[in-house]
Amino acid sequence: MNALAPVPEILWTDVGAVTDIPRQGARRAPTPQGVIAIFRTGDNEVFALYDRCPHKQGPLSQGIVHGRTVACPLHNWIIDLATGEPTGADAGKGCAHTVPVEVRDGRIRLGLVAG
Amino acid sequence: MTEKLVIIGNGMAGCRLIEEILKRDPARYAITVFGAEPRVNYNRIMLSPVLAGEKTFADIVINDEAWYRDNGITLHAGRPVIAIDTAARTVSAEGGLEVAYDRLILATGSDPVRLPLPGADLKGVVTFRDIDDVDAMLAAAREPDAQAVVIGGGLLGLEAAYGLARRGMKATVVHLMDVLMERQLDEAAGYLLTEALKARGVETVLGAQSEAILGTDGEVSGLQLKDGRVLPCNLLVMAVGIRPNAALARAAELAVGRGVVVDDQMRTCDPAVFAIGECAEHRGIAYGLVAPIWDMCRTLADVLSAGPDAAYQGSMLSTRLKVSGVDVFSAGQFSGGDGCEDLVFRDAGRGVYKRLVLKDGRLAGAVMFGDAADGNWYFDLMRTGAPVDEIRETLIFGQAITEGLRGVDPNAAVAAMADSAEICGCNGVCKGQITAAIVDLHLTNLDSVRAVTKASASCGSCTPLVEQVLALTLGDAFKAETGPRSVCKCTAHGHGLVRRRIVEDELKSIPQVMQALEWKTPDGCPSCRPALNYYLLCAWPGEYRDDKQSRFVNERVHANIQKNGTYSVVPRMWGGLTTPNELRAIADVADEFAIPTVKVTGGQRIDLLGVKKDDLPAVWSRLNAAGMVSGHAYGKALRTVKTCVGTDWCRFGTQDSTGLGVRIEKFMWGAWTPAKVKMGVSGCPRNCAEATCKDVGVICVDSGYEIQIGGAAGLEIRGTEALTKVATEAQAIETIVAVVQLYREEGFYLERIYKWMARVGLETIKARVADDPAERRALYDRFALAQRSARIDPWAQRVAGRDQDEFNPISRRLEFAPA
Ligand code: SRM
Ligand SMILES: Cc1cc2nc3c(=O)[nH]c(=O)nc-3n(C[C@H](O)[C@H](O)[C@H](O)COP(=O)(O)OP(=O)(O)OC[C@H]3O[C@@H](n4cnc5c(N)ncnc54)[C@H](O)[C@@H]3O)c2cc1C
Ligand code: SF4
Ligand code: FES
Repeated sequence: MNALAPVPEILWTDVGAVTDIPRQGARRAPTPQGVIAIFRTGDNEVFALYDRCPHKQGPLSQGIVHGRTVACPLHNWIIDLATGEPTGADAGKGCAHTVPVEVRDGRIRLGLVAG
Repeated sequence: MTEKLVIIGNGMAGCRLIEEILKRDPARYAITVFGAEPRVNYNRIMLSPVLAGEKTFADIVINDEAWYRDNGITLHAGRPVIAIDTAARTVSAEGGLEVAYDRLILATGSDPVRLPLPGADLKGVVTFRDIDDVDAMLAAAREPDAQAVVIGGGLLGLEAAYGLARRGMKATVVHLMDVLMERQLDEAAGYLLTEALKARGVETVLGAQSEAILGTDGEVSGLQLKDGRVLPCNLLVMAVGIRPNAALARAAELAVGRGVVVDDQMRTCDPAVFAIGECAEHRGIAYGLVAPIWDMCRTLADVLSAGPDAAYQGSMLSTRLKVSGVDVFSAGQFSGGDGCEDLVFRDAGRGVYKRLVLKDGRLAGAVMFGDAADGNWYFDLMRTGAPVDEIRETLIFGQAITEGLRGVDPNAAVAAMADSAEICGCNGVCKGQITAAIVDLHLTNLDSVRAVTKASASCGSCTPLVEQVLALTLGDAFKAETGPRSVCKCTAHGHGLVRRRIVEDELKSIPQVMQALEWKTPDGCPSCRPALNYYLLCAWPGEYRDDKQSRFVNERVHANIQKNGTYSVVPRMWGGLTTPNELRAIADVADEFAIPTVKVTGGQRIDLLGVKKDDLPAVWSRLNAAGMVSGHAYGKALRTVKTCVGTDWCRFGTQDSTGLGVRIEKFMWGAWTPAKVKMGVSGCPRNCAEATCKDVGVICVDSGYEIQIGGAAGLEIRGTEALTKVATEAQAIETIVAVVQLYREEGFYLERIYKWMARVGLETIKARVADDPAERRALYDRFALAQRSARIDPWAQRVAGRDQDEFNPISRRLEFAPA
């Protein structure tokens, strides 16, 4: 890596309110790089992952959210929402990749870069 | 010479600081305190019990007039400071008083946030911060038919509502989020809190946005919500948060963020001026509880007496709700971070829920409801970051048990229990009773102990303890039994017990079941939640509100997900019949939405495959317009009723098999079942509808209808077995409906009819459905009742706007790349 490569500045972009996502559910946010799944857990935590299961690209946004994990709707891999990694028997088999996300005053902001 | 110390704010922080200074160096400072409130210092957190009538103002005074006098402290009560001159080192107060300082302390606390709603200035709209607010609330409570609405379901709002309810008011809390105290509690604890408050006369309206405060003649008369509802009231309490009171500091040009910015010595950017309490912002945090204030006061007292070595490092917080009889404690992060692990304990008998979060072998968070006695112990473990791996097994049971048992094997612990120690909390059975029963009655297994003593017969959570008592008493003669398989790893209970308890105990929501049956996880998993959702739906038709987040995606969105994330759509074709009109509509919709595949299914109908999720409502609306409804190809529900042409056309047909199939399907569609249900009706024993490999099959013969059940042709191949034979179509329908209803009520989730039949036995089913007309009729009637709220096309509901969030992305397409 070129040490002088500019560090991309993260732009925080408002995508909606926490309450726009059902508790223990998810909503989708389309971007040029693919759909981002934004999850809200029963504990009201918010996470964002690329909406692609590391197994066979299942749309994680459609899975059942429980604890801090989601069950992929296609073959039931259990993905950790904080890391995007499969858990249990499927641990270590790839990663759904996280997207920076933060909640302020009940609004959700995704970390995106221009371009 | 004594130095002049001036404190602005005669509250919790200001006065505690004085006490700390007096402890260290009573002669050093000449102390002057300004208080905006015209009274001595009192314990603000005890305003809640004062409101509730559990304490009086006199009870909560911390420092009375004698204290000020005896310690030589000058108090200017009712004299708010209006300006600070940092250059001249003076403060001036209302009424023209000016006082010089060597060191100045800001302890001005915070102001309650007032929502800028229309009507916010009406009489009867109050906040909850000081004793004057309490007086205003009590005055409103004395009016006839007094009703209060509290906006805000946090600590303050709930304590206000509880206090007002105690004073005889009808009190309702309106909360924006769908869990009370959502910052401190998880869903399970929030649910229990909602119930406990209800029992104390406080109603809650969750997920509600306030729109406007309504009034008549300048006085508040109600709160209008965004959804149009109006909650009438003559008192409206806003308890939606606090804002650090930093106005003076800002005017004096001190650095202010959320609060007055201080360093680790509590010093502002002016070295002679310090800030403590809620008005201060330390390392980016402005606190709203007293524990950090005590830490700040200790540090500042050290700094002001011994010198600048002392440093405040920030505080960890814990919260306790002060509602009598409702023990709620929360501390740390219960919604953790990476690699967190939950320990959950529930005691349904005592209404206890505890959840601990472990992270890297240490305790990171705790939520407790119903029994918060160990709160401080957990909080200490968190604060000190003590490793808990070694005490992990017993941690959730609290300090006494953990410290009592450390290093002791569990059998020895049970052996060491006194005979009077209670083993079964639900039925109040102690160890001695169990041992005596085992010895005297020669009991050898768990079931017999249950039957005789009732120990572990209710919630079952003490089963391991009872088994240990058995093992200890009988030695090798006892072998632990393996009970029915549990629903999943979240619970020790099997499906049968769960189903029974839902009905017997009238459990009506998933959190309620999880609490009553002592689930071991906070919010279940994809195995148990859909099962519970189904059991509740079946037990309380028309009453239970379906939890869509507990359904597998197909049942949530009423279409089948495909390998590429698109969906398939299968409209009903009653009994396999269709019309040119329906076929045209299917062709048109396939064209309009560029649906790539149209296929005839193995169930006598047509599948549209590859529909984009966001197109589903539009596709359905086109099909609805042609009279078609959901085929439930996605559901644990009635799928198809496959028919043959029967007497309509076939030269061998004996009865109207097509018509019967259509009538069954039209009556039974939309009913949720433990697993999918497929049926077939053949017009003669040649069986062209393959009825003998369906869950329920009918073979028509000259003399009537042979009804068969328990066929399968998927993972397993099984021919049906004969249930009964009836003479008329009406009898056939009644029998089929009754057997399906029995299955709905007693089948385990995901257990198809053939498996259910293998478990309970065909004879049992025959006895109840075929041989007992009264029970058959009762089953039929229960099904008919449930169908009233089931036979509604889920597609049409969504076309009309239900669950729109499911079919729309949260945002329009973002024109950026994710970082
Ligand atoms: C579409 C269809 C195949 C076809 O192209 O014809 C089909 C497709 C699927 N079947 Fe089937 N089954 C279809 C007829 C059958 C049949 C034949 C029949 O119904 O006459 C059987 C054997 C009969 C039986 O059920 O006993 C059949 C036995 C299964 C099984 C095994 C069930 C079992 O308990 O043994 C599954 C798996 C399951 O349900 O867990 C299954 C599951 C599936 C699922 C839902 C797999 C899944 O979970 O995603 C498939 C996706 C459907 C979709 O639309 O996306 N499908 N499936 C048929 C739809 C019928 C309909 O109109 O509703
Ligand atoms: C009803 C209620 C219940 C609570 N329950 C709890 C609880 O259970 N646990 C917990 O930890 N915390 C609780 N709190 C919060 C706790 O009371 C506060 O954190 C604490 O009182 C803050 O102390 P403070 O000294 O910073 O502010 P305060 O105690 O508010 O003191 C500030 C004082 O400064 C005065 N003042 C402001 N401006 C000026 C001025 N210009 N000149 C002179 N005087 C001024 C104010 O009138 C006030 O008397 C509760 C609060 C309330 C209202
Ligand atoms: S047999 Fe059924 S489940 Fe298997 S691939 Fe075909 S449609 Fe899918
Ligand atoms: S694609 Fe997610 S489990 Fe297979």
